[in-house]
Amino acid sequence: MSDISSNSAEERAINASQMKVSDTDVAIDVVGMHKWYGDFHVLRDIDLKVMRGERIVVAGPSGSGKSTLIRCMNRLEEHQQGQIIVNGTELTADLKRIDEVRREVGMVFQHFNLFPHLTILQNLTLAPIWVRGTPQAEAEATAMHYLERVKIPEQANKFPGQLSGGQQQRVAIARSLCMQPKIMLFDEPTSALDPEMVKEVLEVMISLAEEGMTMICVTHEMGFARQVANRVIFMDQGQIIEQNDPENFFSNPQHERTKLFLSQILH
Amino acid sequence: MSFSFVREQMVDPAPAPVNTAGPIAWARRNLFATPSDSLLTILAIVLLIWAIPPIYGFVMPNFLGGDAVPPGGTVEQCRVETAGACWAYISARMTFFIYGFYPAAEYWRPNLVFALGALLIVPLAIPRVPFKRTNAILFFVVYPVICFYLLNGGVLGMRPVPTEQWGGLLVTLIISLVGIICSIPIGILLALGRQSKLPIIKTLCIMFIELWRAVPLITVLFMASVMLPLFMPQGTTVDKLLRALVGVTLFSSAYLAEVVRGGLQALPRGQYEAASSLGLSYWKSMWFIILPQALKHVIPGIVNSFIALFKDTSLVSIVGIFDLLNTVQAASSDIDWSSPTQAITGYLFAGMVFWVFCFAMSRYSIWMERRLDTGHKG
Repeated sequence: MSDISSNSAEERAINASQMKVSDTDVAIDVVGMHKWYGDFHVLRDIDLKVMRGERIVVAGPSGSGKSTLIRCMNRLEEHQQGQIIVNGTELTADLKRIDEVRREVGMVFQHFNLFPHLTILQNLTLAPIWVRGTPQAEAEATAMHYLERVKIPEQANKFPGQLSGGQQQRVAIARSLCMQPKIMLFDEPTSALDPEMVKEVLEVMISLAEEGMTMICVTHEMGFARQVANRVIFMDQGQIIEQNDPENFFSNPQHERTKLFLSQILH
Repeated sequence: MSFSFVREQMVDPAPAPVNTAGPIAWARRNLFATPSDSLLTILAIVLLIWAIPPIYGFVMPNFLGGDAVPPGGTVEQCRVETAGACWAYISARMTFFIYGFYPAAEYWRPNLVFALGALLIVPLAIPRVPFKRTNAILFFVVYPVICFYLLNGGVLGMRPVPTEQWGGLLVTLIISLVGIICSIPIGILLALGRQSKLPIIKTLCIMFIELWRAVPLITVLFMASVMLPLFMPQGTTVDKLLRALVGVTLFSSAYLAEVVRGGLQALPRGQYEAASSLGLSYWKSMWFIILPQALKHVIPGIVNSFIALFKDTSLVSIVGIFDLLNTVQAASSDIDWSSPTQAITGYLFAGMVFWVFCFAMSRYSIWMERRLDTGHKG
């Protein structure tokens, strides 16, 4: 991690200038959203507007509802109150709309969730072929393109079980990219990885950010947040407690809870 | 004072000590590891010495040192007091055991059915053979239709043979094959339905499964053959064999549904979530992602159900269908071959036939499991 967070300020400035954030085009709009698990009030009155091209890091202690929040954004979890509008489509019980949103929103999971019975290439081409109706040859060409981007084209014909954790997570990212999503959600993508593999996954995510992908990322990698995020959101007890640009978030946290959290993770 | 050590020369691997490898070590480890192990080993050996010679003598013919009458022998030989199994009787009544009361002049029809079946099932079972899809369509769709018309007759100038005359191994195989083939899709649909979020579908599936699982197969068959006709309007009849087929199929699909459900529950939630997050619809994610993995996990359970189904087909003899066991039973009262060992030889034969089929299924499933397992761990 150290060499990512130690990137020079100039370099960061260059990166930032390449990353264009729209100030009119809303990618995700969450309005007054509540969610309960049975009686338990997991998410409380969430308001969040994500602009196109924006990169948001969601931080917070475990159990604060950060994963649940981004899982609501592609309806892996349903919310009970308020609105979630993704790419102009409001998420409701309507299956058609849910599919519409999921086609445009990629998701990367903590435990990769590759399909163990399919080869890497089949993992990547399945959704383009059967959801988008892409011809097989074209889907395979796209898949190889993204495998090269995540630097493991030579693994195309292996099974997920034969790859290391870091490689599997890069495949998982490539699998989402093959659907050419407009938004990418990352749910603690490096938490299940051995320390020496974290870097290779973060590098892929950084290069994605540099291309202007709209990203929402639940992570404990504060170096990544500093370097890549436009905005850091801090959650606790199902609420957004504080949000700020990374510079101010880390150097000048406002809320007591944020200060405590940061003091515990940044020693 | 500091101390450091650096290895200069690497140690080459050496052969294991003599007493940890080889047959003596094997026996010591597996047969005589503890006093109680040694005792059990000795007891087992005594038991084998006591049991094997009489069984061998009963089953094996003269020229192999036994007392059995080989195929081609006479009934007089079988009636000798010391005679063992009467294999001559089995070979003499073999056509009855295979075809039941099917007219002898028409044996070529069931024979053709057997041959076609073998011709289609062997390439289907060997993964290396290409054209799996065509093969599967031929076997699962075309073959049953051809079989029906071949056996039933009444077309292309073939003499009609009503199902009452079908029998023996032919009927056993028909019931088990139809049962197996039809219960897979029904069982899978029931398992999926039981997991459904739609309350009506879920309730219906649970009711169906629990109803069929809670009733003995014999009861089902009795209901189908005795009670069903009472409820039917006068004059309409449903073929007895067909009723048994439906009963066996639904019965076994309820069991299969529970086996498949076990496989579905064993899959991590992440697989469902990954499939949905890619935008795959319910049926597509089931077909491409969930079922291939879930079914692979429960191959042993599925084959277990099939073996049970295959053996349970013998229960149809109770409602008067002449399956293999029933033909054996009927033939055992044949005066021409009456001898002290007639009945026991018949049952021995039936048991062996069942064993061969079930053992083959079991071995095939183990082989399939290993094959599907390569490189998929994780």
